[in-house]
Amino acid sequence: MVSQPVIRAENLDLTFQTNDGPVHALKGVNLTIDKGDFVSFIGPSGCGKTTFLRVVAALEHPTGGSISVAGMSPDEARRKRMYGYVFQAAGLYPWRTIRGNIKLPLEIMGMPRDEQEERVERVLELVDLKGFGKKYPWQLSGGMQQRASIARALAFDAEILLMDEPFGALDEIVRDHLNEQLLKLWAATDKTIGFVTHSIPEAVYLSTRIVVMSPRPGRITDVIENPLPRERPLDIRDTPEFLEVAHRVREGLRAGHAYDD
Amino acid sequence: MKSVLPILTVVAAIVVMWYAAAIGMNAKWAREQAARQGVELGFTELVADTWSQDRPRLPAPHQVLEELWNSTGAKILAGKTWSKRSLIYHGWITLSATLAGFAIGSLAGILLAVGIVHNKAMDMSVMPWAIASQTIPILAIAPMIIVVLNSIGIQGLIPKAIISAYLSFFPVVVGMVKGLRAPGREQLDLLKTYNASGAQTFWKLRLPASVPYLFTSLKIGMAASLVGAIVGELPTGAIRGLGARMLTGSYYGQTIQIWSALFAAAILAAGLVGIIGMIEKLMLRRMGVRT
Repeated sequence: MVSQPVIRAENLDLTFQTNDGPVHALKGVNLTIDKGDFVSFIGPSGCGKTTFLRVVAALEHPTGGSISVAGMSPDEARRKRMYGYVFQAAGLYPWRTIRGNIKLPLEIMGMPRDEQEERVERVLELVDLKGFGKKYPWQLSGGMQQRASIARALAFDAEILLMDEPFGALDEIVRDHLNEQLLKLWAATDKTIGFVTHSIPEAVYLSTRIVVMSPRPGRITDVIENPLPRERPLDIRDTPEFLEVAHRVREGLRAGHAYDD
Repeated sequence: MKSVLPILTVVAAIVVMWYAAAIGMNAKWAREQAARQGVELGFTELVADTWSQDRPRLPAPHQVLEELWNSTGAKILAGKTWSKRSLIYHGWITLSATLAGFAIGSLAGILLAVGIVHNKAMDMSVMPWAIASQTIPILAIAPMIIVVLNSIGIQGLIPKAIISAYLSFFPVVVGMVKGLRAPGREQLDLLKTYNASGAQTFWKLRLPASVPYLFTSLKIGMAASLVGAIVGELPTGAIRGLGARMLTGSYYGQTIQIWSALFAAAILAAGLVGIIGMIEKLMLRRMGVRT
């Protein structure tokens, strides 16, 4: 299969003007993400990984360079609902049931009622929450809530899934479980995923490519192709291959930090 | 049951203090009366007298309760529910103005809040005026509202309702603005990723998020409405309503009448706020809030 770029950033700059002077959140970022890729962004706080994701989602606007999402501008892609975005907080509406929450984007898009129902059923099954549709968010654990928010992003079947530290607030056991599920989901749907994380094992376990970033100015210091097979049981994390990739990520992070202190 | 005991304790303490205060405040009159008749009062006689005067400075609780009963329950039993001496009649006059004022005030408050949240110009301009409006003493502005409206032929319920609305719109504006702005950046960003319209953001996110704030404001607004309606009855020489009842009571030194009207107003307010509280509970339960 010939890979086609879904996200292409060229020489991307984003400078925020603050009271303490300009902050270079992104500087000279070049990156191409192909269809079906699972790309992780890793780096310390302030390295621009979240900002980059927000630029892709047209929630921030670059001050220089160019970016295209599915062959159009990010804002056009947003209007055409080309991507689903998962935030760090599940952000479910407490006054809606899980089912109602997943329906939210479908209602906004004006989908017919019966199709809404059908899609909700399908994604509930996909994230393993079948039978929880009638519950309210507070009746679910943190991990289940985050799964529901992923289901909400999947419900309208966007090509691209952007995830901003979706499991950051969860404990490691739950996180392992969700990582495993996310890989299955990705295999089943063939979506292009951009995934922001703080965790090296998470990045290596999940991605086909790992983008290492560093702060001040926010930039890409290394892009690592992950040689691990797409089929990944959890214990792949104990293999030498896995540890080698993790080591390279750590090296990249350290190199990025050399400018500091 | 646990919550009842502390409340009863407080009530009992208030009643004890009240009876004691009634002795202190009414003793002078009792002694003067006794001196005029040339009799010396013993302590028990003095106490008995201070608790049973016709026009005491401070009527004792049982006198107020008796008057309350005489002007409500007893009137109903006598088939004179709507007589001019019935507090039910006066209460209804005040209640109708209160409810009308509450409706106008709440609606105005909600609409203003929606405007403030969605329109930058309104955000900058309306709030200072709303705050300024509340710094004007209502007693100063009430007669003017009544005179102005009277000169264009509007009288009765409407002027009182407008004064009442003047007091009640403010807490609703403040609470509703806070409620409509309660959704955080992530929640608004999420809707942006769905390319949701402004109207969809309002109906699906801002409005439901504001409901708990709205009810808190409505409770304050309801109490303010009642105060407004009563104040609206004071400066006009009105002869109907709880405010008028208090006013005529003070003209003729009928302290018991004043106090019973005060109590009627307090009971009314408690009832109205309680009803809003019940609606709030039902509504929030329907919205899936943990109870």
